[in-house]
Amino acid sequence: MSQHELNLQSSEPQKPLSMNPKKFAFWLFLVTVLMIFAALTSAYIVRRADGGWLEFQLPSIFWLNSVIIVVSSITMQLAYFAAKKDSLEKTKLYLLITSLLGLAFLVGQFYAWGDLVEIKVFFGGKGSNPSGSFLYVLTGLHGLHLISAVIFLWVVFAQSFKYKVHSKSMLVIECCTTYWHFLGGLWIYLFGFLLLNH
Amino acid sequence: MSVAESHLHDHHDDHEHDHHDLPWIKKYVFSEDHKVIAKQYLISGIIWAIIGGGLSLLFRLQLAYPDANFDWLKPLLGGWIQNGKLDPEFYLALVTMHGTIMVFFVLTAGLSGTFSNFLIPLQIGARDMASGFLNMLSYWFFFVSGVIMLCSLFIETGPAGGGWTVYPPLSALPQAISGSGLGMTLWLISMALFIVSTLLGGLNYITTVINLRTNGMSFLRMPLTIWAFFITAIIGLLSFPVLFSAALLLIFDRTFGTSFFLSDIYIAGQALSFEGGSPVLFQHLFWFLGHPEVYIVLLPALGITSEIVATNSRKPIFGYKAMIGSMLAIAFLSFIVWAHHMFISGMNPFLGSIFMFLTLIIAVPSAVKAFNYITTLWRGNIIFTPAMLFSIGLVSFFISGGLTGIVLGNSAADIQLHDTYFVVAHFHIVMGSASFFGMLAGVYHWFPKMFGRMMDEKLGYVHFWITFIGVYMVFFPMHYIGIAGFPRRYYSFTGFDFTQSFTDLTQIITIAAIVTFAAQFIFLFNFFFSIFKGRRATENPWRSNTLEWTTPVEPGHGNWPGAIPTVYRWAYDYSKPGAEDDFIPQNVPFSETKGSNFPHENEQMVAEAESIHGK
Repeated sequence: MSQHELNLQSSEPQKPLSMNPKKFAFWLFLVTVLMIFAALTSAYIVRRADGGWLEFQLPSIFWLNSVIIVVSSITMQLAYFAAKKDSLEKTKLYLLITSLLGLAFLVGQFYAWGDLVEIKVFFGGKGSNPSGSFLYVLTGLHGLHLISAVIFLWVVFAQSFKYKVHSKSMLVIECCTTYWHFLGGLWIYLFGFLLLNH
Repeated sequence: MSVAESHLHDHHDDHEHDHHDLPWIKKYVFSEDHKVIAKQYLISGIIWAIIGGGLSLLFRLQLAYPDANFDWLKPLLGGWIQNGKLDPEFYLALVTMHGTIMVFFVLTAGLSGTFSNFLIPLQIGARDMASGFLNMLSYWFFFVSGVIMLCSLFIETGPAGGGWTVYPPLSALPQAISGSGLGMTLWLISMALFIVSTLLGGLNYITTVINLRTNGMSFLRMPLTIWAFFITAIIGLLSFPVLFSAALLLIFDRTFGTSFFLSDIYIAGQALSFEGGSPVLFQHLFWFLGHPEVYIVLLPALGITSEIVATNSRKPIFGYKAMIGSMLAIAFLSFIVWAHHMFISGMNPFLGSIFMFLTLIIAVPSAVKAFNYITTLWRGNIIFTPAMLFSIGLVSFFISGGLTGIVLGNSAADIQLHDTYFVVAHFHIVMGSASFFGMLAGVYHWFPKMFGRMMDEKLGYVHFWITFIGVYMVFFPMHYIGIAGFPRRYYSFTGFDFTQSFTDLTQIITIAAIVTFAAQFIFLFNFFFSIFKGRRATENPWRSNTLEWTTPVEPGHGNWPGAIPTVYRWAYDYSKPGAEDDFIPQNVPFSETKGSNFPHENEQMVAEAESIHGK
C-alpha cells in the first residue's frame, strides 16, 4: 500500500503494476485448491481432538510415492528449462517422463488404498472411522487433482509437437510446471501432516 | 506494463471488426461481453428474488394465520396443502429455500455478479474482464445451478428442508425428514455448481482489478465500489472452497456411509451404523464460509452506497482511506468470528469469550463506515434521486441492524436469543434488507449506463417509501417477538398461552410483508418499461466523476470507441473550491483545472505533461 501512496504523490500518470492476467488467474485457482485442503486438514485436527479416533499404521508405500513425486517435480523443471532453451526434443522427453512418473504415483496411491483395506481401514460403511475416511478423502482429492495435472501435461505434450511450446511461448508450460510443483508440495504437506497427526 | 497494454489494444481491434459478425446467440446468450453478462446476472437475480420473496409470503401466511383454511393455495401448492393445512415439512422446505435463494442466488450472484461484472471494467478503464470466456462460464454454471435448485422445488419429496445452513444429522439422513432425500441431493449438487461459478467470477474480478487498470488508475484512485468488489472477491475466494469441503464430506456421509458428521443415531428405535462423527465439525466448516458470506453480501452494497452518496451529496466521500481500511478490517475479522454462530453448540465458554471479543471489534470498522456516510451527507447539496434514497435507506438499516448485532455478539445474551426471531430480525435488517437496498440503489443509479434510458423517478419514490417503511414494519416487531421467546423455523407456535398475545403482531408483520412484496412490482414495472420506453439518458446524467460516465450512452464492445481514458485524479472531486463545475471527472488532467488545484497537485502537472508528450 505504501508504495502506491508514493506513486500517487510522485510521478504522474503511470501504468500500474501488471503481470500476465492468465498466469495471475491461475495462481488464484491454486489458492482455492489450497483452501479446500486447509479446510479438510483443519477439520481433521478438530475432529481428532474429540477422541474416539482409530489409530493405524500409514501404508509404507506412501514413502515410495513421495520419492516418485519429488523426482517428477525435478523432471518437470528440466522440461521447463529445456523449453526455455528451445531444445524441444528434450522438452518432449522430460514431459513424457514426468507424466509417467505422475501415473506411477497414482498407481502407488491406489495400492496404498489396497493396503488400507487389508488392515480393515475402510472409507465408509460399518466399522469405518473418520480417521480412515479422512485419509481416503485427502488422498482421493489430491489424486483427482493430480489426474487433472497429468491431463494438463498431455495437453502441453501435444502442443510441443505442434511447436507451440518454446522460449517465446512459455505461458502454458509455466502454468503446468507451477501446478505440478504445487501438487507435489501439497502431497509432501499432506504426508507430513498425516505423519505428525497420527 | 506492455503485456496488459497490448492485451487491451488487441481486444479493442478484435471487437471493432467482430461486433457485427457475431451471431445473435453469441451476442445475447453465450456472450463474453461483461455488460451482457452483468445484465444476465441482474435478470436472473430479479427472477430469483421474486421466487424467494414469494416463498417467504407463503410461510408468513402460515405463521400469522395458523388456523386459516389454505385450500385456496391448492392450485399453486397442490399436495402440500392437506385438509386446508400447509404440510409442516413443506413449511421447513419453504424456510430453507427462501434462505438459500436469497443469500446465494439473489444477494451473492444477483448483487456481486451484476455490479462486479458491469462496473469493474468500466470504472477501472478496461475493455473487458481478464477472461471473457471464464466470465461466461461463471454465468452458465450459475444458471445450471439455478435450474437444478428450481427443479428441486417440484419433486415429490420436496426441496431441501434442513434450513439454509443444512446442519447434519438432519440434512444427512433421508429418514429424518422427506426434504433430506432427493431434495437435499439436488441442493448439494446445485451449491457445488454455484461455488464453481462464484470462484470463476471472483478469480476474474481479482485478476481484472490487479492487472487491467488504465494508465494512472493507482489503487488509491480506485472508486470505493471497485475496492468493495475487489475485497468481496478475495473473501469469496478464500471462504467458498471451505463450504465446498463441507459439502463434499456431507455428500460422503449421505451416500458412501462415512461418518464425518454422524454418530450414535437412533431412528424409530433402530440404531444406525454411523460411529465417531461430529455434527459440530460441520458447523465449524459451514460458518467458516457462512460468516464471511455475510460480508460477501454486504460489502458490494456498501461500495455502491459510497459511490452514490458521494455523487448525490456533491461532496468528496468523507474518509476515503478510512473506508478502504475499514473494509479491509471487516474482511480480515470476518474470518475469525465464525464461532459466534455456535455459542450454544456446547463450546468451551472461554473460547466463546474470545470469539465474542473478536466479534465486538467488528463494530469499530462498521461504525467508521456509518460515520463516514453520515459525514459525507452532512451539509452536502443533496440530490434525492431514487438511488440516493435507497442508499440512505441502506445506511439506516446498517445502523439499526448493526446495533442488534452488538447484542447478539455477546455470548451471554446470545444464549437467550439464539434461534429466536430476534436473530431473524437482526440479519434480515443488516444483511438482507441493507444489501437488497444497495442492489436497488445500484440498479436505479446505473440503469442509464446499462440500458441507455432513465427509470421513472416518481415511481422510484413510491417504491422507496413503501419498501423502506414496509421493511421496518416487517422486521422491527420481530425483535419483540424474539425477546418474548418465539423460536425461528417453528411451523406453529400456538400451543402455548404466552404466544397468544402476540398473534396480532405476527399478523401485522405478515400484512406488511405482503404490501412490501407487492411494492416490488412497481419497481419491476418501472424497470422493464424503462428498458424499452424510458426517457433517453445522456452520457453522464448524474454528473458523476467515474470513468463509466465517459463512455457513450450505450457503450458497445470494448466500452470506449477511441482510446481508453487516462486517469489523473481520484474519483471524488465534487464541489472543489475554485472549479468551474461541481464535479471534475477522473480523466481531467490537473493542467486543465488550474483554478482549483491544491499546491501538491500543481506539482504533478509537470509529470503529467511529460507523460502526455511521451505518448
